[in-house]
Amino acid sequence: MGKITGFMEFRRLSEHSLPVAERLKNYQEFIPRLTDQQTSVQGSRCMDCGIPFCTTGCPVNNIIPDWNDLVYRGNWKQALDVLHSTNNFPEFTGRICPAPCEAACTLTINDDAVGIKSIEHAIIDKGWEEGWVTPQPAQTKTGKKIAVVGSGPAGLACAQQLARVGHDVVVFEKNDRIGGLLRYGIPDFKLEKSHIDRRMEQMRAEGVKFRVNQHIGVQVSAQKLKDEFDAVILTGGAEQPRDLPVPGRELQGVHFAMEFLPQQNRIVAGDVVPDQIKATGKHVVVIGGGDTGSDCVGTSNRQGAASVTQFEVMPRPPEQENKPLIWPYWPMKLRSSSSHEEGCQRDWAVATKELTGKNGKIEKLHAVRVEWKDGKMQEVPGSEIEMKADLVLLAMGFVSPMQQILEAFGVEKDGRGNAKAVTDGAGYYQTSVNKVFAAGDMRRGQSLVVWAIREGRQAARAVDEYLMGSSSLPL
Amino acid sequence: MSHSSLPVQQGLYDPRHEHDACGVGFVAHIKGKQSHGMICQGLQILKNLTHRGAVGADPLAGDGAGILIQIPDAFLRKSCAAQGISLPVVGKYGVGMLFLPRDAAARAACEQVIVDKIAAEGQVLLGWRDVPVDNGSLGESVKAVEPFVRQVFIGSGSNCADVDSFERKLFVIRKIAEHAVRGLPNEQGRGFYIPSFSARTIVYKGMLLADQVGKYYLDLQDESMVSALALVHQRFSTNTFPSWDLAHPFRLIAHNGEINTLRSNVNWMTARHAAMSSRLLGADLEKLWPLIVEGQSDSACFDNALELLVAGGYSLPHAMMLLIPEAWAGNPLMDEERRAFYEYHAALMEPWDGPAAVAFTDGRMIGATLDRNGLRPARYLITEDDLVLMASEMGVLDIPQSKIVKKWRLQPGKMFLIDLEAGRIIDDAELKQQLATAKPYREWIEKSRYFLDDLPSVDIKKSLLDTSLLDTQQAFGYSQEDIKFILAPMAAAGEEATGSMGNDATLPVLSDKNKVLYSYFKQLFAQVTNPPIDPIREEIVMSLTSFIGPKPNLLGIDETDPPLRLEVHQPVLSNEDLAKLRDISTLTQGRYKALVLDITYPAAEGAAGCEGAIKALSAAADRAVADGYNVLILSDRAISSVRVAIPALLACAGVHHHLVREGLRTSTGLVVDSGSVRETHHFALLAGYGAEAICPWLAYETIAAMSDYLPAGLSNKDANKRFIKAINKGLLKVMSKMGISTYQSYCGGQIFEAIGLNADFVSQYFTGTATQIEGIGLHEVAEEAMRIHQAAFGNDPVLSNALEAGGEYAYRVRGEEHMWTPDVVAKLQHATRSNNGQAYKEYAKLINDQTQHMKTLRGLFEIKPAGAPVPLAEVEPAKEIVKRFATGAMSLGSISTEAHTALAIAMNRIGGKSNTGEGGEDPMRFKSIKGGEKLSEIIGKGRIEADLTLLPGDSLRSKIKQVASGRFGVTAEYLASADQIQIKMAQGAKPGEGGQLPGHKVSEYIAKLRFAIPGVGLISPPPHHDIYSIEDLAQLIHDLKNANPHASISVKLVSEVGVGTVAAGVAKAKADHITVAGHDGGTGASPLSSIKHAGTPWELGLAEAQQTLVLNRLRGRIVLQVDGQLKTGRDVLIGALLGADEFGFATAPLVVEGCIMMRKCHLNTCPVGVATQDPELRKKFTGQPEHVVNYFFFVAEEVREYMAQIGIRKFDDLIGRSELLDAKHVIAHWKAKGLDFSKIFHQPDVPVSVARRHAEEQDHGLTQALDHRLIAEAMPALESKLPVIIEGRIRNVNRTVGAMLSHEVAKRYGQTGLPNDTITVKLQGTAGQSFGAFLAHGITLELSGEGNDYVGKGLCGGRIVVLPPKECNIVAEENIIVGNTVLYGATSGECYFRGVAGERFAVRNSGAIAVVEGLGDHGCEYMTGGIVVVLGQTGRNFAAGMSGGIAYVLDEDGGFEHRCNLAMVQLEPIPDEAAASDLGEVETHGRVHFNHLAKADEQVLRDMVSAHLRYTNSIRAQDILNNWARYLPKFVKVMPTEYRRALQEVAAEQTKQLEAV
Repeated sequence: MGKITGFMEFRRLSEHSLPVAERLKNYQEFIPRLTDQQTSVQGSRCMDCGIPFCTTGCPVNNIIPDWNDLVYRGNWKQALDVLHSTNNFPEFTGRICPAPCEAACTLTINDDAVGIKSIEHAIIDKGWEEGWVTPQPAQTKTGKKIAVVGSGPAGLACAQQLARVGHDVVVFEKNDRIGGLLRYGIPDFKLEKSHIDRRMEQMRAEGVKFRVNQHIGVQVSAQKLKDEFDAVILTGGAEQPRDLPVPGRELQGVHFAMEFLPQQNRIVAGDVVPDQIKATGKHVVVIGGGDTGSDCVGTSNRQGAASVTQFEVMPRPPEQENKPLIWPYWPMKLRSSSSHEEGCQRDWAVATKELTGKNGKIEKLHAVRVEWKDGKMQEVPGSEIEMKADLVLLAMGFVSPMQQILEAFGVEKDGRGNAKAVTDGAGYYQTSVNKVFAAGDMRRGQSLVVWAIREGRQAARAVDEYLMGSSSLPL
Repeated sequence: MSHSSLPVQQGLYDPRHEHDACGVGFVAHIKGKQSHGMICQGLQILKNLTHRGAVGADPLAGDGAGILIQIPDAFLRKSCAAQGISLPVVGKYGVGMLFLPRDAAARAACEQVIVDKIAAEGQVLLGWRDVPVDNGSLGESVKAVEPFVRQVFIGSGSNCADVDSFERKLFVIRKIAEHAVRGLPNEQGRGFYIPSFSARTIVYKGMLLADQVGKYYLDLQDESMVSALALVHQRFSTNTFPSWDLAHPFRLIAHNGEINTLRSNVNWMTARHAAMSSRLLGADLEKLWPLIVEGQSDSACFDNALELLVAGGYSLPHAMMLLIPEAWAGNPLMDEERRAFYEYHAALMEPWDGPAAVAFTDGRMIGATLDRNGLRPARYLITEDDLVLMASEMGVLDIPQSKIVKKWRLQPGKMFLIDLEAGRIIDDAELKQQLATAKPYREWIEKSRYFLDDLPSVDIKKSLLDTSLLDTQQAFGYSQEDIKFILAPMAAAGEEATGSMGNDATLPVLSDKNKVLYSYFKQLFAQVTNPPIDPIREEIVMSLTSFIGPKPNLLGIDETDPPLRLEVHQPVLSNEDLAKLRDISTLTQGRYKALVLDITYPAAEGAAGCEGAIKALSAAADRAVADGYNVLILSDRAISSVRVAIPALLACAGVHHHLVREGLRTSTGLVVDSGSVRETHHFALLAGYGAEAICPWLAYETIAAMSDYLPAGLSNKDANKRFIKAINKGLLKVMSKMGISTYQSYCGGQIFEAIGLNADFVSQYFTGTATQIEGIGLHEVAEEAMRIHQAAFGNDPVLSNALEAGGEYAYRVRGEEHMWTPDVVAKLQHATRSNNGQAYKEYAKLINDQTQHMKTLRGLFEIKPAGAPVPLAEVEPAKEIVKRFATGAMSLGSISTEAHTALAIAMNRIGGKSNTGEGGEDPMRFKSIKGGEKLSEIIGKGRIEADLTLLPGDSLRSKIKQVASGRFGVTAEYLASADQIQIKMAQGAKPGEGGQLPGHKVSEYIAKLRFAIPGVGLISPPPHHDIYSIEDLAQLIHDLKNANPHASISVKLVSEVGVGTVAAGVAKAKADHITVAGHDGGTGASPLSSIKHAGTPWELGLAEAQQTLVLNRLRGRIVLQVDGQLKTGRDVLIGALLGADEFGFATAPLVVEGCIMMRKCHLNTCPVGVATQDPELRKKFTGQPEHVVNYFFFVAEEVREYMAQIGIRKFDDLIGRSELLDAKHVIAHWKAKGLDFSKIFHQPDVPVSVARRHAEEQDHGLTQALDHRLIAEAMPALESKLPVIIEGRIRNVNRTVGAMLSHEVAKRYGQTGLPNDTITVKLQGTAGQSFGAFLAHGITLELSGEGNDYVGKGLCGGRIVVLPPKECNIVAEENIIVGNTVLYGATSGECYFRGVAGERFAVRNSGAIAVVEGLGDHGCEYMTGGIVVVLGQTGRNFAAGMSGGIAYVLDEDGGFEHRCNLAMVQLEPIPDEAAASDLGEVETHGRVHFNHLAKADEQVLRDMVSAHLRYTNSIRAQDILNNWARYLPKFVKVMPTEYRRALQEVAAEQTKQLEAV
């Protein structure tokens, strides 16, 4: 359990970010992992609870107390094994996960949580550094062929799990590179793309085949997949962004975040992007207070925006949640990302009313303050806001998966337009269509990377069971 | 018809769990002079022992009593002559005393058997005589089963040369007649019983009250009936079913105590059958079998065994020494010859172990012996006119003091014997000297013994593993927790790991995980009817020596070639040891031959192959024995991906029982060599089912590969050694839990019950083990083993580089299911903090709905409606229901002051009860609260870290005061402040074990409450040293009732098989309230193996208690409480339906207070301030009484909703309605589907008038207390503090004198009491037990006479003086003056005893001072404070576990060091005053704070001796004072090392404070 009294002796040490001025110069990651020594001390703060709430707080159920203890004892290799036993891609979650585990950490009741995410980050980075992350090809092949449609975290996790138990897995991706949201949604300064490439190398060695530029249901027919493969898993994410139906939406300079962010990632990757949407020198307004919004803020600042403003329609959450009634669950509270540190005006309970401009180009944003009563929004009379805007980025979340693919397969959908499938009991992760499964955001709707990994892993087990009658893959 | 109304096995009740205990005594004339007076005196003893027996539901039905006397020739001759029977001379005829059926035809059939067998054995039937009886005074229930009593007279046949051979023939006739009668058709033999059948003795006994024996048997009133001895016995049984046979005396003995190892002894006797032969008995030997019939009491079995030994040629004392040996192994004081005698005989037979005072006689000699630990009292006296009186207590006969020449006691393991023919007393030393030197035992042993350790080592193959370590571990079901929690602490520190917060994991039979067979067994433990032992502090009685190999012929008494013996000092073999065993033939020149039997079989055969494999194994064992192999090694080293192991436990038990059945078991040794063995419980199980030694080979491999977990630099050899040491300690603990002191008796003892194994399977392979709810059988057991094997060698990626998570000891996502999950904890906390009923419902649903994952038995129950639903509004309100709720006994010490007080406040707000736990209680908490005060204002500023504001009407007082074995802070004031006093016999987390509050948890506040020193650890002994049997418990109940007549007395038991009969016994012992706790509860720190493997679910224990109490018609007088992981209203409802009136909660309220099941209570690092004493952590405590109140109301409301649904309005109408429960019909789980709960739901068939819930009050008989008179006369003192002097006489039936008077003082004046000498009571005579119990300050009891056991128990300020009467001529310092366990739990006060005290003087004394002129074994054990001066010899094991206080012992012979246990104390001379002041001894300054030790040692000692002289006129004291300079150097000061350190710290602190001022 690390050190019995570690939590009483040592303070939480958060990872140290490079100075804002420094990190704004490029698109590189700016949070180096903790040193081995620091990590070990942080691991010793873990109390090895009789009930490790962190483990259930974590969607992939990382066995956190065990690896905390192992790094405390300096047994990094084994810590990595334990970490990998629940999580295919800790280098992703160790960087971009909001860490619900830490919200569930017993220490947060009256102290600072164990720095679980930073320890995860250190373990996996050390693992790569030491060359401990190696391919684990299956001993025997099953001869079963499986198509994974969509190469985001759900698809990758699913593919890796299935390949490791001996299935022939092909991953289809509509874009030109593998990774889905990880590749084009998340900016490089949060997650450098070499991490994805490294994993792909590993997965290739484990027998996974990757096919890019294959838009299933558009370029390739669903039927063809069903004919050629023993099982198909739909892991296409939830890409349909929520729109802002206000006058002036059509103006030039008003873009979805997912139009804006991928372009920068391509540039960083060395592509040439004609007519790139750029924030350079502009007054940028980001609408939507979530993680994607943050990414827009960070990217805009790196591009050299004149100003960045972020609006959120919901009221400003409290600085501190009512812990006795919320812990160990995920609290609604004010969260500031690293991007916010880099320069940004934030405002809450603001609803955009209209966008105006000249020559078809956005110039101003008109908004009003709102109040929320019983879940209903009411405008506050006389609170109108008007502000200059050269670039408006819509980051208000995603409503559903792209519908073509679901329709191409003819799978039944739930009320929100997601592929309908249960996650436990008989027929878990199976859609209404025989041998077609669905997982990740495409099934559950917009969510976290860590949830996508969980679903990918679980769906892999479901498919394995479906094909083989039983499965040794963990849930 | 039967003379026993013992019900048949039904529901959970099983008559074989019945226990008894009692009072025993005898009188004898040393010179053998016969008189009728002797019989009258015997009967008089019985009357005066009445309080040691009990009565049941029928006040006229006792538990049985009887008398054994010599054949009264004159009387019989006269009576027979009247019937025309002419008796030959004495010795030429025998008398059979017979209980016969009342039915004439059945009686005739039985009599015919007797007639036939007498003839068959060549003896002469002389005639029959009806024994006249007067049953006028018998109770109706007894009359219903009254036998027809006849005597048969047998003349000696021509084949009997002498009385001895005639006596042997009579024994044979009796046995074969008994066998034949059992075989009679139509149950004609039911009720047939032979109390005695002898030419020398006759027994008159029956289901009689003590005073009825003489009235019932008219013979006994006849003046012509004479005897030179009378052995009497009064029984206290755990049931109310009249049974004539079970009354004592038996043919040779009367026993007070309990044979804990009975199962093992009976099994081994059976196993010896084939290997036994006797020159004396010849062919008759075979006729005796079955020697011990199943279903008798332990005493009856013991009697059977003793009879055999005596018939086989052992003298009576020799046989007794064989059966109940002294603790010889670790005794440096025992002479070499005697040790050799015991050592030699140890190989012949395992001890019949347990608390025992056994009086024995064959009519020519009479004697008594005591068990090795002195757990029963036996006192005797000798008069100048050759009368010897021995009894459980003194005062049972009114003998003029002037005639007495000796008063003494039987000491542990000692014997004394009166040879009536020789006309003299033979004392222990002489007797044993004679027996020990009769044969060259030492020489024999040296000639015949091998110690495995001493044999030359042999080469072992280095790598034992063919497959990888990980796969092998997995194949035996290892989990990560086995490494982390089980092996690591043992290999690193030689200690078993500790855990806390009970066991909330799924029962193995309900688990989806694959479990090892070991986990289906639960360890049994002693509670009430016999005491556990403290294996650490009383190590001197423990032994792990094991004999491997064949057992000698038990009756080979004449053989001169000593049988071979192969010994190990302890049963855990190293790989090297095992290699030697394999090679034993070479090492012993062929005298031993070992054969390894492979217990693996081809995995390809699947689970179905297991049965065949076991059969083949048994056959191989038979063959091996036939081929002369005398060591069989069952080994699973051949395990591999293609070979699966039969579970080692199954293989071991299967072969053991097979060989027992075949009569071959004692022809060979049985050793297990298994990779499955890794924790104490596994070793214990293998031992319990016959393994003489065990090699845990995979554990060694694992330890070799786990350096990460071990201290740097620890060699593999040392790590293994530490592991073995830890297992040894664990085994001692498991054995001692049941009160068993030797491995030899534990081996084959089967001290386990099974949960979830079906009866067929158990009876085949674990014959005789209890299993109550059926479950899986051989196929599933094999299947489960196969699944484990397959997972190990399969492709599971999770297992590819790691072991299974486990999740037994802490929640793990892939591990075992638990009741407390993150969601359950969160929902409960959110619900109670925000008083959110909806959130509570979500919580309750998580617990109650176990359709997805079964976790508990109750989760599988269905509740059936009693009628149509009723409106919720008509159901009894919640505020009434919550009054039935109590919180568990969690001491202030185990949990923080904040957590403890918050619970008390909450329970007082709802009208329920909180429990102090075993740590005393701050009198500040008795104050009434106005409202608005801060908690810290009441308790004290520095003592509260998280404050709270109190409401008007609040109370901090815990209504339940616990009295545990440590007796911390148990004073008259504490008891007086109770509504209920709870005697903790056992606790769910670790039944049968003691506890320890480590020094770092003993804060200043806790130390004050416990009368201890801060920083010094406090030990709670495993047993209550005043409860070694049921009648002792009755005495403690009586004591506490006297100490507070208004409080109800509760006894806390833990669920295990047989708890029902214990509960019935407790009810008869006059408890008002019984708690049955489940195994799963328990918040305190405890060894993991105890948390997991001892005790059973409360559903079983509660149902058994309810059924047994109802069956005994005792239920109405008891309030029955259940506790153990109760969490929801459904739990409460099921508890009520199974019979509970009240409900205890511990874990759930702690969770409500903020506990998040960290399970680190034992580390003092609770991060939410609940279970810690660290002030920084306690600041984090956020629990509020309101939350706890909310919780209990939620639970009550949930109960109401269920009640409405099932149509019951009053809670009372739920209680005991088990017919409303049913098993869920949908159990499809592959293991759980075999469960059968019908025994749990069973309703005893008794008339509706018999109460099924609490309905009446116990009659405690307090009106007879002498204290009423004392209180009346002490009124001026009580009311106006005016001094009074009261004088009077006292008898042994006056028990607990002074307690009720002290209650009156404490009620008025609290702990301070009255000024010194305000009430002086001068008494003459022999005091009953517990004289001066809880005596308060200001009262002096002066007794001229003698005391019995428990004088000054719980003394809290009073003064007790006991001295011999003036007219008594004995030398005081050479005679006994007070009995055993004097001053137990005393907290303050003073005592002066002019004479010698018994065993365990001043046990757990924490502040009283005492002077005594000698004492028995275990003096000052667990003492934490006070001063004891001993002006004479002490017994062995002085100062064991003594962490505080000081003793001064006059060591005249210089041998004290050998009698003192030096583990925790140092011995030093007494410095004289001058030297002391120079040295600045720690206790010379700053100590006023603790007690009056502000003076130098010499001064203290001198003052105390002077006081002794002043109070008692002691000649001894006078002599010492007169020759002070000569005596002073002979005094030894006993100083606990911890105490010295703590005192130095305190002194330093005080100096610092002084300097600061």
